[in-house]
Amino acid sequence: MSFEPKILGILCNWCSYTGADLAGTARLKYPANLMSVRVMCSGRVDPGFIFDAFKAGADGVLICGCHPGDCHYVEGNYKCLRRIPMTKTLLQGFGIDPNRLRLEWVSASEGLRFQQVVTEFTEQIRSLGPLQLKEWGYTPHQSEAGHPEPQPALNQ
Amino acid sequence: MAKPKLAIYWAASCGGCDIAILDIEDKILDVANFFDLAFWPCAADFKYKDVAAMPDKSITLTLFNGAIRSSENLEIAELLRAKSVVMCAFGSCASEGCIPGLANLTTLKEICDYAYLKSPSTVNPEQIIPQPKTKVPEGEISIPVLWNTVRTLPQVIDVDYIIPGCPPQSNQIAAVIEAVIDILQNGKPLPPKGTVLGATDKSCCDECPRKRDVKKIKKFVRPFSIVPDPDICLMEQGIVCCGPATRSGCGAKCVIAGVPCRGCYGLPSHIRDQGAKMVSAIGSVIDSQDPEEIERIIATIPDPMGTFYRFSLPDSLLRRNQA
Repeated sequence: MSFEPKILGILCNWCSYTGADLAGTARLKYPANLMSVRVMCSGRVDPGFIFDAFKAGADGVLICGCHPGDCHYVEGNYKCLRRIPMTKTLLQGFGIDPNRLRLEWVSASEGLRFQQVVTEFTEQIRSLGPLQLKEWGYTPHQSEAGHPEPQPALNQ
Repeated sequence: MAKPKLAIYWAASCGGCDIAILDIEDKILDVANFFDLAFWPCAADFKYKDVAAMPDKSITLTLFNGAIRSSENLEIAELLRAKSVVMCAFGSCASEGCIPGLANLTTLKEICDYAYLKSPSTVNPEQIIPQPKTKVPEGEISIPVLWNTVRTLPQVIDVDYIIPGCPPQSNQIAAVIEAVIDILQNGKPLPPKGTVLGATDKSCCDECPRKRDVKKIKKFVRPFSIVPDPDICLMEQGIVCCGPATRSGCGAKCVIAGVPCRGCYGLPSHIRDQGAKMVSAIGSVIDSQDPEEIERIIATIPDPMGTFYRFSLPDSLLRRNQA
């Protein structure tokens, strides 16, 4: 069976969620891999949500907000704009490809753009493959029994 | 009546927590008077087999400091769990991984390669790296197995209470000990399981006396490169301070002295990931709306992983380097 990525979409209420809605009403098809969550503003997106999504099994996270200058709350999307690059730096530190996270601006009238963004991002995540997190399946007993941790070889 | 038994153990830790316990000054005499010391390898000569010979649940309180990164750490953690009525993760290493936990940024192989082969001060012409089992003429000898991943105490055993801090402040330790004695002497009820003792549930900023405006900054500076204003928030002066993502309880000692909070008291309960919260906080002080300039400003933060996750990497949402 081919790999179907799980992608979390966090969409702002005022622009991007409406944009996604428009894509739906206009019957524009986009991959069903995106599971969308509506937030009031992209500035509400705590980087913890993103890490939590990856922990919970997402292969990619897409955040959509109003275009710069269009934020319903004046500057919430700029907060998001400043957080995402640093979140990507941390993802890199965790050994996770930062391309699994994307920030896009989608306005309420851009149903077509939403379709394109989701399609393209889904293909990108598909090519990156599934994200398999280590350490979350750990139980002490398992480690005690098998010592699965790699040991350095003598005289390598 | 026999005295209640107290055990103090160190796993992967620096010994600072043990020193902090001794640092409670004359209160240490109360500890000695009230408790019977069952096990404290840092201070007196006890053997593991003595603990193993005790009946289950015979130790009233165990203060366990240190992270879990070897088979020995796990074995003693499980042994003490079985022998103790109350198991307390004492200090940042046990509760959230702390400095030993930064090993999770890399792999065991890389750590061993550096420590035994590559570091400039190493002389190891035979390229010997310690092995868990080695054959010698007399037979096979073994040492504990070091793990690829450092874990926290609550990740490997059931923990009743947590005392955060690197190390926990001596006044907080003294208060906890006083409370424990009060509970045991006067039959007071125990706090609910999982309670964080010796700290509050607000952020370090809450205790910080510095003034906060909504000033934004164009670049970050290292603490040594400026003389910080004594009254203004350090973050607003461009110093990365982990106060917004850190539990209070320490009395904001570092920030009062002009040194940024390093995050040693761990997360308050409303935060799930210290690094993520720091990204959030820093996103709010950067003064730019231009993506390229933002990248430039962020690049002035040296080592974001080591700064934001200095104390909580094994307890963070992603726990270790996944590559």
